[in-house]
Amino acid sequence: MSDPILTLQGVHTDIAQYHILENLDLIVPRGGVTMLLGRNGVGKTTTLRTIMGLWKAKAGEITMDGRNLVPMATAERARLGIGYVPEDMGIFTDLTVAENMSLAAASGTLDPQRLNWIFATFPALSTFWSSEAGNLSGGQKQMLAIARAMAEERQLYLIDEPTKGLAPAIVSTMASALRDLKRQGASILLVEQNFAVAKALGDTAAVMDDGHVIWTGEMAELANDAHLQERLMGLSMETL
Amino acid sequence: MINILLSGDRPRSILLSVILLVILVALALAPFLFPGVRSLETAARICIFIVLVASYDLLLGYTGIVSFAHTMFFGLGAYGVALASIHMGRGFDALVVGSALGALAAAVLAFAIGLFSLRVRAIFFAMITLAVASAVAVLVSQMSELTGGEDGLNYLVPRELTPAFRFGEAFGIKLNGRLLAYYLVFASCLLLFLVLLRVVNSPFGRVLKAIRENDFRAEAIGFRVVAYRTMATCLSAAVAALAGSIFAIWLRYVGPDTTLSFSIMLDILLMVVIGGMGTMYGAVIGATLFVLAQNYLQTLMGSASDATSALPLIPDLLSPDRWLLWLGVLFILSVYFFPTGIVGRLRGVR
Amino acid sequence: MSDAPDHSPTLAALSISDRLGQAMPYILVPLLVVLGFFAIGSSSSWLTLTVSGLAMGMMIFLMASGLTLVFGLMDIINFGHGAFISVGAFVGISVLFALGDWTAATSLSLNLIAVLLAIVAAMVVTGILGWGFERVIVRPVYGQHLHQILVTVGGLIVIEQMIHVIWGPHEIFLTRPETLKGAITYWGAALEKYRLLAVVLGLIVFVAMRLVLRRTKIGLIVRAGVQNGEMVQALGYRLKLVFVGVFIAGSALAGLGGVMWGLYQEVITAGMGEEMMILVFIVVIIGGLGSVEGAFIGALLVGLTQNYIAFLAPKLALISNIGLMAVILMWRPQGMMPVVKAK
Repeated sequence: MSDPILTLQGVHTDIAQYHILENLDLIVPRGGVTMLLGRNGVGKTTTLRTIMGLWKAKAGEITMDGRNLVPMATAERARLGIGYVPEDMGIFTDLTVAENMSLAAASGTLDPQRLNWIFATFPALSTFWSSEAGNLSGGQKQMLAIARAMAEERQLYLIDEPTKGLAPAIVSTMASALRDLKRQGASILLVEQNFAVAKALGDTAAVMDDGHVIWTGEMAELANDAHLQERLMGLSMETL
Repeated sequence: MINILLSGDRPRSILLSVILLVILVALALAPFLFPGVRSLETAARICIFIVLVASYDLLLGYTGIVSFAHTMFFGLGAYGVALASIHMGRGFDALVVGSALGALAAAVLAFAIGLFSLRVRAIFFAMITLAVASAVAVLVSQMSELTGGEDGLNYLVPRELTPAFRFGEAFGIKLNGRLLAYYLVFASCLLLFLVLLRVVNSPFGRVLKAIRENDFRAEAIGFRVVAYRTMATCLSAAVAALAGSIFAIWLRYVGPDTTLSFSIMLDILLMVVIGGMGTMYGAVIGATLFVLAQNYLQTLMGSASDATSALPLIPDLLSPDRWLLWLGVLFILSVYFFPTGIVGRLRGVR
Repeated sequence: MSDAPDHSPTLAALSISDRLGQAMPYILVPLLVVLGFFAIGSSSSWLTLTVSGLAMGMMIFLMASGLTLVFGLMDIINFGHGAFISVGAFVGISVLFALGDWTAATSLSLNLIAVLLAIVAAMVVTGILGWGFERVIVRPVYGQHLHQILVTVGGLIVIEQMIHVIWGPHEIFLTRPETLKGAITYWGAALEKYRLLAVVLGLIVFVAMRLVLRRTKIGLIVRAGVQNGEMVQALGYRLKLVFVGVFIAGSALAGLGGVMWGLYQEVITAGMGEEMMILVFIVVIIGGLGSVEGAFIGALLVGLTQNYIAFLAPKLALISNIGLMAVILMWRPQGMMPVVKAK
């Protein structure tokens, strides 16, 4: 766990009058998948949004590769090499699949080799390359959202519930896509409710409750200890 | 007793209480304190605009809706009285019927506009009211057989309310129908203001404030946001129409310029914002200050313009015709720096 | 490398009524033109009215396009937009007065150069004014609708009053450049030359705008930003800069609309922008807030309806646009082509 890519220290985030994140500490190691777990409403999505700068941290430090993110605008943070997949996927429905993808390439053009890899992973995207993204099915939209994050090589991926509401066949496609990313040496911070996916992909895990991290450790340790799961999340994940 | 009259909504600032009391006493005794036709006109205008502005505050300050049709409702009330007085003949019954029909028409029209725009998003309302109000203003000036067009309508009010009706002298002031008319204006405006104060402090008013703060949350708690907003719009429109009726009774004339023009709409906006949105008492202070400024500031600007006539540009900027320029600047500055207006400021330093 | 998933992807199929619903706004303008033909009866009057309706619609579109994009991108409603229309008209017409020799000449090229220079001057001045307006008036009130409306109305008052200070309190009458006066006769219908020019110019701007929006990266960012501004930023684009650019361009287009409207009416007043804003708002509402195509269709509908009704039933002309708005909002409460907001 040496040389983390991202560190959050004592982060507080308010939304309107509500305190969502309170004194959150989180370390994302370089390389590998860090699972961000916890019950609904404990602030997982807010954590990702705060890292992206979509919510402003009221206090605390967020550093990536030793650079302080807090004063940076969202766009600047993204340009440091963060790929973000929001919970609602953030698809531009009036734009075509191709247009959605080309926006994801900050340099302007997509690298053909990378595009081939994306097409191999998500063939549906090549089939519907010039259709409006709004006409895609839910699973296809989610593929597009992930593909957009993968369109360029990023330092860090922030991915919010990529398997939510998807059919099992598509879930396994997602999982293998993320495994590919991991194999390439990317660092991923993943919010996931599907325990099978979490267990299969996660290297380390951080469990949140009430706006801060209450447990960190190896994913395997958490996965094998039903009592620990019960204590941290109020229920054993095996039952999910 | 005072607490009941004010519906428990006290000024909550000593300075504010003193100012409000001074305004109340000055208006109540205006014919005796400031004799003269011009000052009585000013006092009546202040009374009427307090009600008009307060009814607008119900919408803007308490409900968070921007309407540009408030003068349209004001005009409906005024034309209601004018048309009733012409077609039913001179008499108090015409005044009552005209006022009632004007208020009813205003409420119905407000309901129709609300139906189209409030359902979708509050921002539609501002644009649609602007469009409808301008169409109505054009319509009124074109339908001259009915409305007198640009020239407007002159009509007779009951003799008891005219200067020709004399009934003695007190404190060196001749008592005539004009005095009665002023007290009719004063009493009805005071009553309407107290009614509005009651409305905003009722459970209904508290729901409105909850919606203004967070409409999603209010909806989630179970309030039908659209229904409440529509009701507030109708109520505000009806009170504006009543203010228009009072204005028509006082002026004995209605015309598009005095009741329907967009510049009156701007005046109302300025009065609410400068006085203090969402406070009701802001309407009193805003209207009083503004009407006084309108009547006396222009004279001052005229002399300032003359005094600087040797300089370039400055006399143009200070010309009395350009007073709206300065009000516009004042308006922008007060939205930025005093969003709670004079009343908010006074309460802050309580 | 993983294998392709074992399922055949399909697009959610659209029913016929969905497709018809999508196409409906595009059909409305031709439909109205055909209806107008049958209602009017005389083909020459119909042609004259149609051209003037289209000319009017194009000019309103120029004024409305910036407003709707600004709203779509930043959720900002600018009630001061009308000020740019007035300022554009005054600047443009002043340039035309200064080039009096060229406009009085009977040379089409000299006349057009004079008009072009007037347009450029008007767009430059209103663009700069828009930049200042965004910085001083709009920026401090991002995200607060109530304050936006109030402050931009204040800005409108101040700019209008400044026009009075600079150009004097009275309206200014003008005549069109020599070769743009009068009409040509076609199919027995008198078509005013200037209206034809307005239609052509409006079409050029619309096509250019569509090309920019469809074919360029910046257009792509704008279209994406209208839908989901947060995601555009999360992909690394500085949306605020794009927005300022759109605000400036929208103000300049309003200025262009102002010059053209001034030449159309042959009189300009400080309050003309405020008056035009009523039609502009109707267009933006029926088009669907944030949609450029919706605004284009809406503007043509408003222009055509107003001209047809003025001929068929002059008394109804005043409320025809309100009627049009009511009908369209009953059909689609969000306007014809509302932008699907991701939030």
